[in-house]
Amino acid sequence: MEAYKRVEAARAKGRPSGKDFIENMIDGFVELHGDRRFADDKAVIAGVGWLNDMPITAIAIERGKDTKDKVLRNFGCAHPEGYRKALRQMKLAEKFHRPIVCFIDTSGAYCGIEAEERGQAQAIAENLMEMMTLKTPVISILIGEGGSGGALGLAVSDEVWMMENAVYSVISPEGCATILWKDSSKTKEAAECLKLTAQELLKLKVVERIVREPQDYKKGFEKVYQRLSKDLYSAFSQGQRLSGEELIQRRYRRFRKMGQFLE
Amino acid sequence: MLSKKLFQRPKNDLENYERAVKEGCPSVPDELCMSCPKCKNILFVSQLSEAYGICPKCGHLFRMNARQRISMIADEDSFVEHDAQLRSINLLDFPGYENKLKHAALDSGEKEGVVCGECTISSYRTCLFVMEPNFMMGSMGAVVGEKITRLFEYAARYDLPVIGYTVSGGARMQEGIMSLMQMAKTSGAVKRHSDAGNLYITVLTDPTTGGVSASFAMQGDIILAEPKALIGFAGPRVIEQTIRQKLPEGFQRAEFLLEKGFVDAVVERQEQKEYLAQLLALHCKKTAGEEKQDGSL
Repeated sequence: MEAYKRVEAARAKGRPSGKDFIENMIDGFVELHGDRRFADDKAVIAGVGWLNDMPITAIAIERGKDTKDKVLRNFGCAHPEGYRKALRQMKLAEKFHRPIVCFIDTSGAYCGIEAEERGQAQAIAENLMEMMTLKTPVISILIGEGGSGGALGLAVSDEVWMMENAVYSVISPEGCATILWKDSSKTKEAAECLKLTAQELLKLKVVERIVREPQDYKKGFEKVYQRLSKDLYSAFSQGQRLSGEELIQRRYRRFRKMGQFLE
Repeated sequence: MLSKKLFQRPKNDLENYERAVKEGCPSVPDELCMSCPKCKNILFVSQLSEAYGICPKCGHLFRMNARQRISMIADEDSFVEHDAQLRSINLLDFPGYENKLKHAALDSGEKEGVVCGECTISSYRTCLFVMEPNFMMGSMGAVVGEKITRLFEYAARYDLPVIGYTVSGGARMQEGIMSLMQMAKTSGAVKRHSDAGNLYITVLTDPTTGGVSASFAMQGDIILAEPKALIGFAGPRVIEQTIRQKLPEGFQRAEFLLEKGFVDAVVERQEQKEYLAQLLALHCKKTAGEEKQDGSL
């Protein structure tokens, strides 16, 4: 049950969260709040800072550390205002020609009464459409769980990278087992069927790069942040040499070829 | 003994006789007749299709398949189908998927979950896609995504509007991550079509949820909905499980979305053709139907 082990690792307690990645990779981070329409969604952290000598926009979905923080962050399940806040920051980044990095870790967009009332579907749909034509480099990194539309709402990017133990799926293995076999004990089989590990997704060309992880979350992550910063810097430098038009052509082609069928 | 018998159904011959009549006698075949799930009124199918699939007694909207929808809104014989030959494959070796596809094809008489093409509506030329509820509940896999993407690319090339009827449970689980990627792919095509100054109208029908509502269903310049259609990101059962409480009456229905500002209008079936024709007339481009030369696609 290789796949399910990854699911457990992706959800493991103490695993670095979106906030950790921002704090350790971005200097002088200035957090910017609110979607200017309804509220500030604490499940999404967004702002500007330095990646080495390059000003960038960073957006992260944050699950929270302890119980109190988790409740504050709604366990990393964003409401529509979270996606709108992210989009506002992305538009600002485009205006100032800053590259954008998104750190994704969510079991999915929130399913609740308020989320529906404020247009969860519309908020995600708008992000998918608008991200497709952002005239600035965008890279998304799946750092834990990548849950369906809630993850994709920040992942219409030039490249998608994935931590070795992250997962990315259209539905949670629990949900899949319940719908398919009406049996939530078959979660492990479902995880296997969904091909949600970094290795499988690299084969399917849904992600471009796998980021190696140390065994011990507490100590070994320093090196990961350093290497990731370097890789991100060089990818953004390359991206910035392209025109806005070229960037959006490339992004369109990246997604255009996804999916196989008989003709 | 006595008390037990008190609650037993009486066994008499008359009851058995009734049952025998029900099982043995010739009756009206199911294809000709159906009962309304709401008011239990018995209806002839022919009567129903003339009445836009609306129960004449209680106004209940029967689910319509893609071909019925097309004949309802396209001018007679004007519909030309695109990409009808595309078929799904089981890329992830998902257990039981081939079988599901086979059954879906039998249930619906279609090869996939969406029918795409172009037609005229009151003489205005337009591209049209209609999702098929009887094909795995209009779920979106690679073929649905590809057909819709191609339709938008075609419409952008020929400066044509797109009208889309949605009915879907969301992304197709059996295609895993690839079904999720179709949301991004179709969104890209919608955006290009839109940036080229073309009109896109969606008509949301019951139900439109999940990955379809979170992508092209909610990306229309104008979004219409059918009365009482269930429209949302998460299905009502999932929400009830998440928040552990019952949802209020009318939640996620078309009228609710209208009130919250997420659809432009709720339009009755019998008025949809006229309504669409009016909107097409208001947005008609002089260059409609001429192929673009810039080759940017």
